[in-house]
Amino acid sequence: MTAVGTEGAAVALDIHARTSTRRKVIDAFFKLFLWISLGIALGTLITILIDLITEGWPRLNPALITNMPSARPERAGIQSAIFGSLWVVGTTAAISIPTGVGAAIYLEEFAKRDRWYNRLIELNIQNLASVPSVVYGILGLAFIARGFLSLGFTVLTAALILTLVVLPTVVIASREALRAVPNSLRYGSLALGATEWETVYRQVLPAAVPGIATGTILSTSRALGESAPLLLVGALTFVTFNPDGFDSPYTVLPLAIFRFISEARIEFRPLAAAASVVLLFLLMGMNSLAIYVRSRYEKKLR
Amino acid sequence: MTDKDYAAVRTEKAGPPIRVETPGAMNDAELHNDAEIVFDVVGLSVYYRDFQAVRDIDIPVRQKEITALIGPSGCGKSTILRCFNRMNDLIEEARVEGSVRFHGIDIYQEGVDPVELRRRVGMVFQKPNPFPKSIYDNVAFGPRVGGFRVNMDDLVEESLTRAALWEEVKDKLSESALALSGGQQQRLCIARAIATSPDVVLMDEPCSALDPIATLRIEELMQELKEDYTILIVTHNMQQAARVSDRTAFLTVDVNAVGQRTGYLVEFDTTDRIFTSPARPETEAYITGRFG
Amino acid sequence: MTLRATGGTRRRLYVQAAFKSLFGLMAFLTVGVTVLIVLSLLVPALRFFSEVSLSEFFGSASWAPLFSPPRFGVWPIVAGTAWITAIALLVALPLGLGVAVYLSEYAHRRLRSFVKPFLEILAGIPTVVLGFFGLFLVNPEIVRRFWPVGEVSTFSGLAAGLVVGIMIVPTVASLSEDAMNAVPRGLREGGFALGGTRREVATNVVFPAALSGIVAATVLAGSRAIGETTIVLIVAGSRPTLTWNPGEQMQSMASFIGFAGIGDQPTGSTGYLTIFAVGLVLFVITFLLNIISIRIVRRFREVYE
Repeated sequence: MTAVGTEGAAVALDIHARTSTRRKVIDAFFKLFLWISLGIALGTLITILIDLITEGWPRLNPALITNMPSARPERAGIQSAIFGSLWVVGTTAAISIPTGVGAAIYLEEFAKRDRWYNRLIELNIQNLASVPSVVYGILGLAFIARGFLSLGFTVLTAALILTLVVLPTVVIASREALRAVPNSLRYGSLALGATEWETVYRQVLPAAVPGIATGTILSTSRALGESAPLLLVGALTFVTFNPDGFDSPYTVLPLAIFRFISEARIEFRPLAAAASVVLLFLLMGMNSLAIYVRSRYEKKLR
Repeated sequence: MTDKDYAAVRTEKAGPPIRVETPGAMNDAELHNDAEIVFDVVGLSVYYRDFQAVRDIDIPVRQKEITALIGPSGCGKSTILRCFNRMNDLIEEARVEGSVRFHGIDIYQEGVDPVELRRRVGMVFQKPNPFPKSIYDNVAFGPRVGGFRVNMDDLVEESLTRAALWEEVKDKLSESALALSGGQQQRLCIARAIATSPDVVLMDEPCSALDPIATLRIEELMQELKEDYTILIVTHNMQQAARVSDRTAFLTVDVNAVGQRTGYLVEFDTTDRIFTSPARPETEAYITGRFG
Repeated sequence: MTLRATGGTRRRLYVQAAFKSLFGLMAFLTVGVTVLIVLSLLVPALRFFSEVSLSEFFGSASWAPLFSPPRFGVWPIVAGTAWITAIALLVALPLGLGVAVYLSEYAHRRLRSFVKPFLEILAGIPTVVLGFFGLFLVNPEIVRRFWPVGEVSTFSGLAAGLVVGIMIVPTVASLSEDAMNAVPRGLREGGFALGGTRREVATNVVFPAALSGIVAATVLAGSRAIGETTIVLIVAGSRPTLTWNPGEQMQSMASFIGFAGIGDQPTGSTGYLTIFAVGLVLFVITFLLNIISIRIVRRFREVYE
């Protein structure tokens, strides 16, 4: 039995690099594995970006954006898709942001936490956030495009479906922004005789606006990149005009890319790459806007 | 320290501390000044980037004694303690100057392996931090990573016995350590620290998160542990230092023009002398409760 | 003097009540959405099962609902889903956990703030773009070149699985990293103080303490892989194949739904109803996985409190 106690002068006082080599070797291999993981993850991202730019380079010119889709690759462009995306995503934002923020205000500021129906709503939103987006497409096909609302394959249909897709995220992000507002602000307002609604409207919301803005911009950018649900409601059709109303047929940028990819002719491949670059550019623009809003907010706090 | 500083700091009740006679605490006559110095600290300063948290500390820690670091909060006691096992290495901005010698070896020199050092110098923290594992696995952790070739069951039992915990947990070694009470968890942390056969055990305010009864048990335990280990304890409770320690270092803090606080050593002596006839007026002011 | 609500105050309270109801309605709408989803799936699915026997659905191994003569054995697309999800997790778990452990336990603050935006960019790449990558780069350059079994065509389940794996790496990495960051500092310090190396503290102390969060992250990532439509549609092809070889073309449940949705099915036809039946199966699976993930987190969250 080894002595559990001081070893003192009896044993070598050598504390120089005695940790067994075995441990050190394992340490080194582990660190190598971590580096490799990081390398693969980042390397893949860089590969994707480089591939898109190199393949799309020949078609990355203004004609890409001014041309309409065409059966002839040399004349094809994505104008209808860009405008279609603007219409659809804009409408989606217009519907989902008020609804989502309103729901968040209710849940954060008014709802009593211990009531069962409020907890049901919370649980429900969490579940909806993890439903595959294609299921929302099915819902749209059954009730919005056909069935009850029978809106057909139009801009409004697409916007309503995408609203459902991003709504849980808008609610969750807005709730976090509201939660971040310190309670001292609320108490101060209430103590001065304001109603709860006035407190929210005049104190909490203005303070939470930057956080809500960040969250909603990010959710909307997600709507811009969605493809699966819209496959089921006609966004893949060959559309050579810009939308002229909410009841207009349409296409969106991700699905224009999908079309280009699906074309058998190899000349469409650079188009797919170029259109992807445009899409990524738009997304990065939106995300940068969100980050900018967030950082201006943080600066204000200092 | 100016009177303004005294007033600014929280004061405890006035009056000299009552010395409780605990068995084992050495009084002045018994302390051997020729006992081997296990840790010799000379000119220790710790910087966080440009800010000097602690300056010029000289403390000799003698073998098989209990040495206490006392002083008002914020004077860097924990920072100093963490230099002894190089835990300050884990903080990016921390920088250590001066020398800390362990059995004559400067632990901050090239070639010294902090992992091995921490096997030889154990630490118990302010808030008990058992791993969310079984009691057995908690105690066995240090020996296992250290590659000890022993009968683990025996080692675990002996460690828990020395920490005065064995009788209470011997039937539930495979249960979660988190099910234990606060005082039991802290004794488990002590058992876990001594399982690696250290020479020295560092204790950073080990009782501040515990109730008085648990505190008393741990203070009794310290007297038993003193027979085999050197103990260095940081405490903000000076009555505790008076009760358990053999030697005491009194530190306090200097506030500079910008409001930055730098800790420094005021006095280091046997506990007896510090609490009955301190040499420095600051020490006397602190122990009589004129400032906290 | 009275403290009862006066005219002005009463008006303000009415305004408040109005807004409260409006927002409450919006919140309640979300419950309505779930109800609608279930209805939109359940009703046609039931009609589907009145036309197609359960024994054929679960008993046959041939899936060709849009052809004549139609076949309704669901196993090929279940197998396709399983293959792609398994490959995706096989890729994403080591990579994602490796990145998470590195960021949480090893990296300096500056490196972390440098790497995290890259992860977010990766997470933001639209699935159709990943599909491009899978079809035109991964399949020809990696799978076709190196896969030893059989002849790999333009499409393969393996390439789809690899790309879906890349898609969920950010999910695994960021959720796992959150779980590891939530482990209290005191636990790590205890591990170091006992003479553990950084690796030992990371694997023996932090990882087990964060396990429930990591498992929940895995379940969530798996759920996303199961529901992924576009990548699979583009990269794995549209031929349902029940096979042991992932290098073949295959179709998953989600990609079938996408495929059927593109081809305009006449409302009410059996082919049309198939979309809903498969959609129901998909919804139930992801719903259950989500509940499991929430349960795991809730059950073990208090572990180190």
